[in-house]
Amino acid sequence: MDFVFTSEHDELRQTIRKFVEDKSQEAAIRRQMSSERGYDPQVWASMAEQLGLLGLIIPEQHGGAGLGFVELGIAMEEMGRVLLCAPFFSTAVLATNALLLAANDAAQAELLPSIAAGKTIAALALNEPDRGWEVADLAMKAAADGNGWRLDGVKTFVIDGHSADVLLVVARTNEGVSLFQIRGEADGVRRELLPTLDLTRKLASITFDKARAQRIGRDGDLTKTIDKVVTLGIAALAAEQAGGAQRCLEMATEYAKTRLQFGRAIGSFQAIKHRCADMLVGAEFAKSAAYHAIFRAAENDDAELGAAAAMAKSYCSEAYFQAAADNIQVHGGMGFTWEHVAHLYFKRAKSSSLLFGDPLHHRAKLAQEIGI
Amino acid sequence: MSTYATMNEDELRQRVRKLIEAADPDKVDMFTFRGAQFDHGLAWVNFPVGYGGLGLNPKMQVTVADELRKNCKTVYDDLIINPIGIGMGAATVLTYGSDEMKKRLLRPCFTGEEVWCQLFSEPGAGSDVAGLATRAVRDGDDWLLNGQKVWTTLAHISKWGLLVARSNPDLPKHEGMSYFLLDMQAPGVDVRPLYQITGEAEFNEVFLQDVRIPHSRMLGKEGQGWQVALTTLMNERTALGGGSQQRGGGPINVLLQLWKNNRAKGESAAAESVMRDRLTKLYIDAELLRLTSQRARSAQRSGNPGPEGSVGKLAQAELYKKIWECGLDVMGPNSLVYEPGYELRRPASEDRRDRTLMAKYQFLRSRANSIEGGTSEVMRNILGERVLGLPGEPRTDKGIPWKDVPRGG
Repeated sequence: MDFVFTSEHDELRQTIRKFVEDKSQEAAIRRQMSSERGYDPQVWASMAEQLGLLGLIIPEQHGGAGLGFVELGIAMEEMGRVLLCAPFFSTAVLATNALLLAANDAAQAELLPSIAAGKTIAALALNEPDRGWEVADLAMKAAADGNGWRLDGVKTFVIDGHSADVLLVVARTNEGVSLFQIRGEADGVRRELLPTLDLTRKLASITFDKARAQRIGRDGDLTKTIDKVVTLGIAALAAEQAGGAQRCLEMATEYAKTRLQFGRAIGSFQAIKHRCADMLVGAEFAKSAAYHAIFRAAENDDAELGAAAAMAKSYCSEAYFQAAADNIQVHGGMGFTWEHVAHLYFKRAKSSSLLFGDPLHHRAKLAQEIGI
Repeated sequence: MSTYATMNEDELRQRVRKLIEAADPDKVDMFTFRGAQFDHGLAWVNFPVGYGGLGLNPKMQVTVADELRKNCKTVYDDLIINPIGIGMGAATVLTYGSDEMKKRLLRPCFTGEEVWCQLFSEPGAGSDVAGLATRAVRDGDDWLLNGQKVWTTLAHISKWGLLVARSNPDLPKHEGMSYFLLDMQAPGVDVRPLYQITGEAEFNEVFLQDVRIPHSRMLGKEGQGWQVALTTLMNERTALGGGSQQRGGGPINVLLQLWKNNRAKGESAAAESVMRDRLTKLYIDAELLRLTSQRARSAQRSGNPGPEGSVGKLAQAELYKKIWECGLDVMGPNSLVYEPGYELRRPASEDRRDRTLMAKYQFLRSRANSIEGGTSEVMRNILGERVLGLPGEPRTDKGIPWKDVPRGG
């Protein structure tokens, strides 16, 4: 039970940081958030070809780097730090884990190499309107239809669902929960880009109307497997939040050093300084929580992972939101403007706090897990 | 950088076993054994030969402790025997004291025959300890001391006190201090118990009225007091900050047990679920305090320490207060009743250790967590300025004579 980043980890972090800081400057973020696609295909291609990021956790036999969850967490943290607009979380984390854990060999062989190469954007269609965040509560049914399956129903909050080439849909058969694959542009699939609070992460509502899909889920009820996919996603999301919290702290601190009022840098006032000190504690604790979760995920430590992920999602959500809110406050009037980047972090923080269950939801899970 | 003598671990372990042959702590008394430990150079292995050490890297002290634990039932704890003398005073004497002082003081300091205390804080000098006002005036071969010190642990049983006083009020505050070794039995030294919020006196107030200290007991030079004091503070043993080492251990564990034993006594389900969330939040904070200190230790080991090592004191102080506040809440009306006759007594040092996990006691004692060893406000300044690089508060006491700096009582 340790969190030791190796020198290879540190090198990977530096490589990713250099790349995303270059590609996700403010102008680029603003371009992508106002575009419908929401990401830059050239950047995406570089992420695949130059850095091999899209296949980080994909085994080498499927064209990936064959690395683990620690590396994935580092990537998410660095991307969260600069609000990189790219379908990484949807494709390289959620969909990839769904394929690795829940899909049959044929689907893995078909999709994973293409994901690793940056040729396929994949989205996990999981949530349903008013169904909460637990896989066991999902209701959408898949009906056998000749040699294929037919999907009817609505999925929502599908991250990058509007632009994905492939949708991985969680739906029920008589055996229980399973996984289905369908092209994003297939007949019977109606995709609607949702107007979102967070403009840097696109969400879609997707209506399936007699849509013909392929079942790729392994045999049997996959409730627990999909649960694990979600839990891994939560651990990765917590790392992204930790990165965001750290960046908010840096922005607030930089500004407090240079903004002069009453003849002095505002960071010399204890009211501001102490706020920054509390942000530092929050950012460091958020890292501890996120690292704990991603290391347990990397060790495939299922006994610890549930509690670690719940703790990380609860804490990192609140720490990130607090840091983003404090960042606006430290920036004063400037922080309230559209022109400043602070509101983008604020919106990302709140949205990621609500995705996959809010802090209260995860504390309730944790409480159950540890017997409180 | 310092160079250390070389001795491998096996040789050091052999030397410890020789010590045990010469004076087995399970057979001889404490002073005899620890005297022998000093004479074998195993008191502070990093000290020079003849002064309780062997000139080794200080890290090798753990080998001594380990070998003693392996071979002996009786194991002495420096933190109980003479924490200030052994942990802080000895290194200060070694750095700044004369040879005569080293010969006279170090051995009985280590054996525990002479206990030490530290006289820095004053009623008017808490967070701003460099503003202290106890006056030292030269009088022939002596210095004449007048003033009051406070929060002095162990003063009532101490032989020696490490004392900083103002020797020149015309200089700016950091420049006008000198550092003395005070004989606590000298005429004019009056030690009185300082009863605190718990009703006990862990600390003392020390009043100094025309106390004479020979000039030969000055540590460092006249005016160098602040620098010497920093040496003392730097050697302060880092307490085991950073929460419990085990998951769910320490105060949070006590709190959860208390809740399990007291829950559902007449509370509604709604109130229970609110309490459950409060407990879960505290559990998360306690876990993250533990994990952050674990992360800090890993980073330290790999030679790449970051800010994770600096947040523990502040976070722990604030968390422990909240945990013990919650402790009384989970016991509900039972918390209205306290130990009978707890007021106005002196706890034994073992006593303090046993009571670190007692909820009602800690509810009161933990208020000091965010005051002692640096208030939470001072800690936030340190994080803001040293870790984040924010500018300091404009100072009104810089560069002006100490006597012209405004101050209260």
